[in-house]
Amino acid sequence: MIKLEQLTVKLPGFAVQDISLQVAPGEFFALLGPTGSGKTVILESIAGLVHVTGGVIRVDGKTITHLPPEQRRIGIVYQDYALFPHLTVMENICYGLRYFDLDMHQARQRVDHLVELLGLQNITHRRPLHLSGGEKQRVCLARALSVNPSVLLLDEPLSALDPNFREEIRRVLKKLHGELRITFMMVTHDFSEALYLADRVGIIRNGRMEQVGSTEDIFLRPANPFVAEFVGMKNIFAACVADQKIEFGGLSCPLSEQVICKQGVLALRPEDIVLQRENGFSDDYVHYAGVIEQIVPAGLWHEISVRCREACFKTIMDRKTLMMHRYNEGDAVYLGFQAEAVRVF
Amino acid sequence: MPTNQEKSGAAGETAGNRRLSFGSPFLYVTFFFSAAVLLFIVMPLFQMVSQPSLASLWETIHDPEVLSSIWLSVYTALIAALIAFVVGTPLAYSLARHDFFGKKLIESIIDLPIMIPHPVVGIAILSLLGRGHPLGQLMGKIGLRIMGSVTGIIVVLTFVGLPFYLNAAKSGFESVPVRLEKVSRSLGAGRAATFFRVTFPLSWRHMLGGVIMCAARAVSEFGAVVIVAYHPMIAPVLMYERFTAYGLKYSQPVGVWLILVCLTLFMLLRLVSLPSKVER
Repeated sequence: MIKLEQLTVKLPGFAVQDISLQVAPGEFFALLGPTGSGKTVILESIAGLVHVTGGVIRVDGKTITHLPPEQRRIGIVYQDYALFPHLTVMENICYGLRYFDLDMHQARQRVDHLVELLGLQNITHRRPLHLSGGEKQRVCLARALSVNPSVLLLDEPLSALDPNFREEIRRVLKKLHGELRITFMMVTHDFSEALYLADRVGIIRNGRMEQVGSTEDIFLRPANPFVAEFVGMKNIFAACVADQKIEFGGLSCPLSEQVICKQGVLALRPEDIVLQRENGFSDDYVHYAGVIEQIVPAGLWHEISVRCREACFKTIMDRKTLMMHRYNEGDAVYLGFQAEAVRVF
Repeated sequence: MPTNQEKSGAAGETAGNRRLSFGSPFLYVTFFFSAAVLLFIVMPLFQMVSQPSLASLWETIHDPEVLSSIWLSVYTALIAALIAFVVGTPLAYSLARHDFFGKKLIESIIDLPIMIPHPVVGIAILSLLGRGHPLGQLMGKIGLRIMGSVTGIIVVLTFVGLPFYLNAAKSGFESVPVRLEKVSRSLGAGRAATFFRVTFPLSWRHMLGGVIMCAARAVSEFGAVVIVAYHPMIAPVLMYERFTAYGLKYSQPVGVWLILVCLTLFMLLRLVSLPSKVER
């Protein structure tokens, strides 16, 4: 279990401030945030690799705030692998065995098990220089887990990988966590990675925690406009609430429940928006007439911008549906969504 | 599949580039200056090495005074390099790994011995460790004689050679990613174990390069040594003495032998520092 109490780390020109967080034993926790938000600093402070200015770090009930990293038994895996280039794969994996009071026979068995689990049998004699990205990351995982750590910290473990290897390592991480049941804490800026892997998520911005909750909770009920945007709510409008209605961009939308509009912001997921040529929306849909401004291919999907008065909505549509309806830029359409899909801040 | 026309086009483009580069005045200027620089270095040395007769070289190497001066030059330079390695490594590591107030000033101080004229170095050491200074008097009391002694020569050579070792070792440590050290520590290795198992194996070539540069600088030192310790004579001082007393003919063979000995020694050290096949 990891428990952070008002963790503060001050660095030149940047600070992580008052981070309080609890990660349950065996949980897979993801720390999300944009680049430079302080995610890695939090991870490294748990590992003891940066000087903590204030607050308390506890792991499995033991206070480790000022314990040297070599006494913490916390594994760390970096996105750029950080494998020792002068050692072979097996030497890398066994690097830490001598420093802990391990039964050497059991340790050897553990290493063999990890080598097998991670499919490294054929490369144990090779040097890191001659490995692919996926192999390097699997070696990193084996090395960090060989000393039987209480916690495994993962610093953007998928970021530096090609898409093929990313999928492979994602599956490996899921498998490892399922089998070893130790606490995993992963840093990432990709919410889809967190959705796939993590039980719970913490969103961080400028060194401050914005929201902590289950992946579903964060996805469906973001606490503020920043989190909403971060988890993919691409339609964010300045708004004001009056008479059970919310007004934005010259449009009006009835509210499904009583809300307090503190920040004057409305947010809506692109996938909650439906487009129609003719107005055939049922009563439970809020709908507006608009014009398609832009259609941009975005991987498997197309991103469609629809202007309704001053508001420009973004929605997504798969290629097949787009072809079927023959939507083109400049077409007049009807845009609709259910009132429950709207988040107001 | 590229067509034949495309292939010939691509080939023509390559040949065209080649023709362009051969006709480029830039290439001629580069070649001319490169050749001039190499000749500037090689010609005087070749002249010196080729002028003495084999008989005079044979006679010189059997001269006990020459032998002892070359030996003194080599071993004092190696001791100076060893001292630089032992005492300089922690400072080089600290400078490579930490940012602190006054770091730039310390780096400038380290480079001072490179900039100061060599006789000034000798005078500075003489003024600090001579009989007129309390430190010199203290060293005299404990039996450490600096003036006119091997100890004095080593002190001078360490002084002039240290910046070369420190700068090379520092850049070696900087070339080792900090994350490797962090991972090592997370795997249970302390600071010292991390240094000896990760940092040192990845930077020893830079350190050896620094040792070679330090020793090379030390073996060539004359101006500072001649002030602190004229006797016992290191090879450059002996060459100077023979040149002033007997002329060019008697100083050249000593120089040739010093060059050959040093060349052999440094080539061996360079060979040791080459990366192995596995590392390449």
